[in-house]
Amino acid sequence: MKEKIFTSCTVGGPVSVHVQDGVITKVRPLAIDQKDLKPWTIEAHGKKFSPHKKVTVAPFALVERQRVYAEDRIKYPMKRIDFDPDGERHPENRGKSGYVRISWEEALDIVSSEMKRIRSNYGPEAITAISGSHHNWGLVGYKMGPLSRFFNILGFTAIFDNPDSWEGFHWGAIHTWGFYWRLGAPEQYDVLYDALKNTDTIVYWSSDPDTVKMYTAQESSQWRLWLKELGIKQIFVDPFCNHTAVIMGDKWLAPRPGTDTALAEAIAYVWIKEDTYDKDYVSKRTVGFEQFKDQILGKEDGTPRTPQWAQELTDIPARTITALARQWASGRTMLSCGCRGGWGGAGRQAYGHEWGRLMVLLQAMQGLGKPGVNMWSVCQGAPIDADTYFPGYADPDGSIARSSAASYIPVNPVKQRLYRILFPDAILNPPIAWKGEGFCGQSIEQQFIPYEYPMKDHSEVKMFYRYGSSFMGTMTQTNKWVEAYQSPKLEFVVNQDCWWGGESRFADIVLPACTNLERNDISEWASAGGYSKHGSNGCNYRVIVLQQKCIEPLWESKSDYEIFRLLSAKLGIENEFTDGGKTEEDWVKGMYDISDAPRLISWDELKKKGYHVIPAPDNYKPTPAFRWFYEGRDCDTPDPLNPKRGTEKAKELGTYSGKLEFVSQSLSQQFPDDEERPVVPRYIPSWEGHVSDLAKKYPLQIISPHPRFSLHTHHDKHCKWLGDIPDHRILKNGYYYQTVRIHPSDAQARGISEGDIVRMYNDRAQVLGVVRLTERVRPGVLHSYCSSGNYDPLEPGKAGTIDRGGCINLLSSVRILSKNAPGMAPNSCLVEIEKWEA
Amino acid sequence: MAKYGLLIDISKCNGCYNCFLACRDEHCGNDHQPIAAPQPYSDHFWMRVIERERGAYPHVKVAYTPIPCMHCENPTCVEQAPDGAVYKRPDGIVIIDPVKAKGHKEIISSCPYRVIFWNEELQLPQKCTLCAHLIDDGWKEPRCVEACPTGALLFGDMDDPDSEISKARKALPVEDLHPEFGLNPKVVYNGLPGRFIAGSVVLEDNPDECPEGVKVTLKGPKTSLSAGTDNYGDFEFEGLEPDTEYLITIEQPGYQPQEHKVKTRIDTYLGDIVLNK
Repeated sequence: MKEKIFTSCTVGGPVSVHVQDGVITKVRPLAIDQKDLKPWTIEAHGKKFSPHKKVTVAPFALVERQRVYAEDRIKYPMKRIDFDPDGERHPENRGKSGYVRISWEEALDIVSSEMKRIRSNYGPEAITAISGSHHNWGLVGYKMGPLSRFFNILGFTAIFDNPDSWEGFHWGAIHTWGFYWRLGAPEQYDVLYDALKNTDTIVYWSSDPDTVKMYTAQESSQWRLWLKELGIKQIFVDPFCNHTAVIMGDKWLAPRPGTDTALAEAIAYVWIKEDTYDKDYVSKRTVGFEQFKDQILGKEDGTPRTPQWAQELTDIPARTITALARQWASGRTMLSCGCRGGWGGAGRQAYGHEWGRLMVLLQAMQGLGKPGVNMWSVCQGAPIDADTYFPGYADPDGSIARSSAASYIPVNPVKQRLYRILFPDAILNPPIAWKGEGFCGQSIEQQFIPYEYPMKDHSEVKMFYRYGSSFMGTMTQTNKWVEAYQSPKLEFVVNQDCWWGGESRFADIVLPACTNLERNDISEWASAGGYSKHGSNGCNYRVIVLQQKCIEPLWESKSDYEIFRLLSAKLGIENEFTDGGKTEEDWVKGMYDISDAPRLISWDELKKKGYHVIPAPDNYKPTPAFRWFYEGRDCDTPDPLNPKRGTEKAKELGTYSGKLEFVSQSLSQQFPDDEERPVVPRYIPSWEGHVSDLAKKYPLQIISPHPRFSLHTHHDKHCKWLGDIPDHRILKNGYYYQTVRIHPSDAQARGISEGDIVRMYNDRAQVLGVVRLTERVRPGVLHSYCSSGNYDPLEPGKAGTIDRGGCINLLSSVRILSKNAPGMAPNSCLVEIEKWEA
Repeated sequence: MAKYGLLIDISKCNGCYNCFLACRDEHCGNDHQPIAAPQPYSDHFWMRVIERERGAYPHVKVAYTPIPCMHCENPTCVEQAPDGAVYKRPDGIVIIDPVKAKGHKEIISSCPYRVIFWNEELQLPQKCTLCAHLIDDGWKEPRCVEACPTGALLFGDMDDPDSEISKARKALPVEDLHPEFGLNPKVVYNGLPGRFIAGSVVLEDNPDECPEGVKVTLKGPKTSLSAGTDNYGDFEFEGLEPDTEYLITIEQPGYQPQEHKVKTRIDTYLGDIVLNK
């Protein structure tokens, strides 16, 4: 039979999918007609820079075929073998017992009748549900769509997500520069242009754009070659000589984990002592500098933050700290704090908010917004048509739960909430309390709202509907999830996913969902919308993709939309769920209709071609981020989220003062005496760091940054090809172990050799991996990626047993950043390591 | 007739492994006979990426070297294989015939580059075909090149002086991997890593300041270079010959000069070099 080629979009970029006789044979970067690509040009230093006339994909996009046909796909509806909804339920056996195949009809009957029973016994709040993130792509099928629409109709206790990748900027930087509407990350318009034209040095602080660039594939790799070509100096601050550093770095500084803020304070000290900061800017555009200056000079506590002081803490020579400070101040320097401008791992450690705040304040001292002086992820900020509208999954319009493509928009009537990282404690040890709504994107004050669970006059949750399986690898101290899942309080647990993952084996009923490539959808590449508006400026081209169903759903899997439709029919809410009978195809067309796409390409043409490229305008006029603020003008960046834009306060930032705040006005008002997040940010010794008492027992600090070859937990376990990349996993005795990096001196002291299987352990967990000896980690530090997709306990269902899969987050602590900042801190984690004889 | 080749520019490679993964996606489980039988799902590395860590904490780099079949002009595999089981096409692509080569495990050891792999299930030696089945079908490049995000891989007709690859081969100081094999590969490299010698200079009486501009000279059998330390007091001589003895001299007025002999078996970071008064 003739080969058919379909278009689709994935978390790793847009793809062409080749299908022969109903079987996917290859998945490649979207084959775009050269005529459709009109590259922009940036002129700088007498050179012209234009992107390749092609789209790139992330490594994990190239294993999509293996992922679709993975051995561990959930093929049929399953029931835990010792679960009887009408008799003994044996919650204590969750995670231990096996499964038996059942029919869809039986599965839907059990799930729907349990929902009815629990609702009528306890009320709608007794049902809770949550999805993981990023396993698929597309507006109609994304997690924010079918799941939210279904449960908003039904009513449920929603679970707030914590901003797990950028805790430090969310709970910290917002109180320094605003940008709550971007969850603490900065605007990134035209920073590529600014850097190429004006910048001398880029300081990557806990930043590795060759590893983490979210959905933007590898579009920015080429930009960094341009930076190198122009001789722009690239300095890296990271306990791990990361993937960008080893090919781009002119200098690597490796602070001990948890001491970044000491380094930052010492840099400020040098600038103050040597008078190399922008005093005019500081006086006009910031508040509270004098108090900060007093702190830095030691007038407040008798400890001047000298480079010698920081040397003791960071283990970086004072002379090197001084040299960095001088280089930074001597020219135009950009600061990169991770993907989207604030995702660095330094923000995911004890008091990580202090790092976020100090990063912003260092650039405040150098005149943030001055040409060439900016905050840049180094993976966003290309020229873009910002006017043409196409929704992203996090836009209200981009979710079938809230889209204007629907005539009926359900609202969840239940007020009770849970908080994701505290979910196990909520089940095991209620009541619990915390402050903040998780994603606080509507106002600064959202961070101050107190929550309690259970809410007054509300039932605790009795049923957990889990969509996806990622938390063993992505939350903290995740043996607690094992205990929570086995609690008899959870009378019923459902898991809906494409693959058997860490959590699916804790469910009573397992429902098989299909992948991206087995259903119809529509999307724009890399555009999540919502709080990361214009995220596709991390790509060289805006590409709208019609995600065509390439093959029929495999085995008995169904699309998420179809699963929830069938459930809603059982519950008598099908008409509400389907908005009067809409099929997935109707929703796809509906999303097209509410966007600006119809004036660019007809529906028939889009169906034929499968994609449409939106070029940057011919007469493109760059409006670099923060330039307006530096120059004291009204905001001219096309950021539709900025609430002050177009108002009389358009010259201001989103803080209370409208300026950069050395003394945070929002924290002064709300928590004036919080020693853990003081009004002026500072170094605070980690509660689990190199000077903690615990370090005597567990002397190694393990850092677990985002992975390079999988996104989140996804692709990892299902795609064995990734296991042949030694950075990702290492094959030993027939098993793909998680890669653990260790300095040769630490390995030698423990009798560990290259390629050994090792046991990492502390009082919370034990995890196996295979070691690589490397000079790329500083002594005293282990490096192993977070987000293992493989949770493989040697004794299934037993909390604390050895995990062979490599879930580093079993080892991390669930303790939050600080008492009023409920972010997670996986990079403050002490362990010991030993050779493991399997 | 076109003569195909590949240019691999190490200086543009970020080690993303897209080339390796695209190769597996193209060939694993997919039958492209008569060019290639299916590649097994694991164990084979038709496009292997070699990662070489260079230097020592805190002066470290990594060089990635992607290694496919070299499609040699004088291929030893063709020479040594029985009955035309390996042949060179007129366009220069070297192909292992999936029928004739069956059972001939010895073909694997005929290649000094070690890029031929044994398929146990099919009893077949296999390797990179430059995706000849796609090129014959009108594709402009193999899957690895298509998937390369930085332009580190360049494929094209080396007989066409206007092709990108011809222009790049002219403009760049390209070299062969293992020229000592003398096989005249059609896969050539730019930026193959040499060796470096680096160090950080510290002044005994002023350890809290990085000495910039300290004169460092390097003398080798064929090389004589001079440099000043940078703002961190660091120096680095990059691209040196391997297994060669060099003499490093560090001089600063008012301080005793120092000499260090280094043999470049590996990249060498000398660490802190303290100059005494």
